[in-house]
Amino acid sequence: MANQTTTRGTDRIKGALGKEGPLLSIYFTAGYPALEDTLPVLRRLQESGVDMIEIGLPFSDPLADGPTIQESSTAALKNGMTTARLFEQLKGVRREIHVPLILMGYFNPVLQYGVEAFCKQCAETGIDGLILPDLPLEIYQREYREILERYGLKMIFLITPQTSQARIRQIDDASDAFIYMVSSASTTGAREGFDPAQQEYFRRIAAMDLKNPRIVGFGISNAHTFGQATAHAKGAIIGSAFIRELSAHGVAAIPSFIKKIRP
Amino acid sequence: MKTYQVDENGFYGAFGGAFIPEMLYPNVEELRNCYLEIMADPGFSEEFHHLLRDYVGRPTPLYFAGRLSERFGCRIYLKREDLCHTGAHKVNNTIGQILLARRLGKKRIIAETGAGQHGVATATVCALMGLPCVVYMGEVDIARQAPNVARMKLLGAEVRPARSGSRTLKDATNEAIRDWINNPEDTHYIIGSVVGPHPYPDMVARFQAVISEEIGAQLLEKEGRDAPDYLIACVGGGSNAAGAYYHYLDREEVGIIAVEAAGKGVHTGESAATSALGRVGIIHGSKTLLMQTADGQITEPYSISAGLDYPGIGPMHAHLYASGRGEFHSITDAEAMEAGRRLAALEGIIPAIETSHAFAVLEKRPFGPQDVVVINLSGRGDKDLQTYIDYFNL
Ligand SMILES: Cc1ncc(COP(=O)(O)O)c(C=O)c1O
Repeated sequence: MANQTTTRGTDRIKGALGKEGPLLSIYFTAGYPALEDTLPVLRRLQESGVDMIEIGLPFSDPLADGPTIQESSTAALKNGMTTARLFEQLKGVRREIHVPLILMGYFNPVLQYGVEAFCKQCAETGIDGLILPDLPLEIYQREYREILERYGLKMIFLITPQTSQARIRQIDDASDAFIYMVSSASTTGAREGFDPAQQEYFRRIAAMDLKNPRIVGFGISNAHTFGQATAHAKGAIIGSAFIRELSAHGVAAIPSFIKKIRP
Repeated sequence: MKTYQVDENGFYGAFGGAFIPEMLYPNVEELRNCYLEIMADPGFSEEFHHLLRDYVGRPTPLYFAGRLSERFGCRIYLKREDLCHTGAHKVNNTIGQILLARRLGKKRIIAETGAGQHGVATATVCALMGLPCVVYMGEVDIARQAPNVARMKLLGAEVRPARSGSRTLKDATNEAIRDWINNPEDTHYIIGSVVGPHPYPDMVARFQAVISEEIGAQLLEKEGRDAPDYLIACVGGGSNAAGAYYHYLDREEVGIIAVEAAGKGVHTGESAATSALGRVGIIHGSKTLLMQTADGQITEPYSISAGLDYPGIGPMHAHLYASGRGEFHSITDAEAMEAGRRLAALEGIIPAIETSHAFAVLEKRPFGPQDVVVINLSGRGDKDLQTYIDYFNL
């Protein structure tokens, strides 16, 4: 059972990464704008042709996030979203959603759920990977890697413009899916464009010839920034700009938003 | 040897570590790599102690509180951190960290504050060194600690309101961390307590350890012994307590008493009694005892005193609690306010409301007539005058 999931999970992320052209991944906060919007959002994103989806597990104190994701998290928690509730909503999701699904959240809710129980639920649900920004590489390797591997889950690590070459190599070695490349020294939030220093950073990392592909996140908001980010990386992730769109125009507007990013 | 100090991975027993997003890694790693070396440098130490003496006014007295001792039937000494420049122990740490920030070549300082004492202490050292200073403070705390907001402004700091969550200390800390993520190269974050990712808890404890170092020398002079039977301190994040305990942590004959804020009562839902209500969790980069929901969402604490209104405690204290080394008490708003008034009436000292919590333990627990009890008088009550006025209808 666990073995089978391993193969499937690997296939889904690797499959998406193996496709021609820039990869588009969308982040959204589970249970936002309304508690039961999680599945409708997933369906619309898949219909719109996105290649990968990150489902945000809301947290009361999201310290790597800017105002947009903070507010969506607060709203989702007010709506009654919990870890258990999310797994409940996602039961059977693999009958209809076939794009890779990654859960992104802070470590404390996972710790309270129980890391092993959490991973087991993820495997049973058909989740492919995890992004837990405040679980650092060293502690992951020392205490949790074995558990994630047992359940066939990929752990995704972040790098930033300040991450040293040596540490990037270390993260590359520890990764087996893709590297999440944070576009600038910042919390999450939409931007209008990337400056020359950021583009230089994209090029510098591209030239390192890492074994894992890179997907750029933070600050991608439109076709322009998507193009800039994917000029030197496999793909890009849109979070805050998507959430702003959701709160302004609702689930029905998802296809037109995605079309604007990648016609 | 068994020790209650931090280990090489930054843990106190099962607590501590550095659970930080990668964006903070270079800054925290830089600190981790050099804080011990910098602190051990004789030039650094000399500058630190020079400023503590001539600028802060150290050593602070260890005062034998005769009337209080008589009232409670034991030998009570007060460590007068309230007499430090800026009115609380917080400045010991900010002096240390500003000197360290200068050695690291940092050009901009940020801090969080609850009661405003740490904000004032940070704004003060920034003025002293001519560095720009931004202090994050919850909107609720800005309202209840108005005099300290004015002091920070007068000292040239920018006070930025934290408007998320409970709009108190935890949220101010979130905002300061976000600022640091956005300014990774020129900025040093002066954390105000023994909280946050390693090496902060140990670094802040070492700067505050001047308190217990002085207690040892002063007791030797007054009592002919270098250790008390009991040390009592209030715990918000736990920096004044860590400083008072520091040299006694591994001397188990010295009783360590930690006092948390019970707010309106431990089980009323309006409390900040972390050891009583918390479970192991992660807050601000540290694994520690944490007030949270079953789902792992951090809950909003409550205390009449802004400086104790924090849903976690430093990892050193979580370990003192879990190991049984420390004796923990929770004190309600009402008990603290009465204890503050009693100290004013018996000894002519108006304590900060945070500090009043420590004094309330005297009503809770008997001490023997020969017991030497040192209470860390962490701060003075000037900033709390409005709260005292409202509470007692003065
Ligand atoms: C006078 C005083 N005592 C105690 C505290 C609590 O902090 P800590 O537990 O770090 O000493 C504060 C915090 O603002 C304070 O101002």
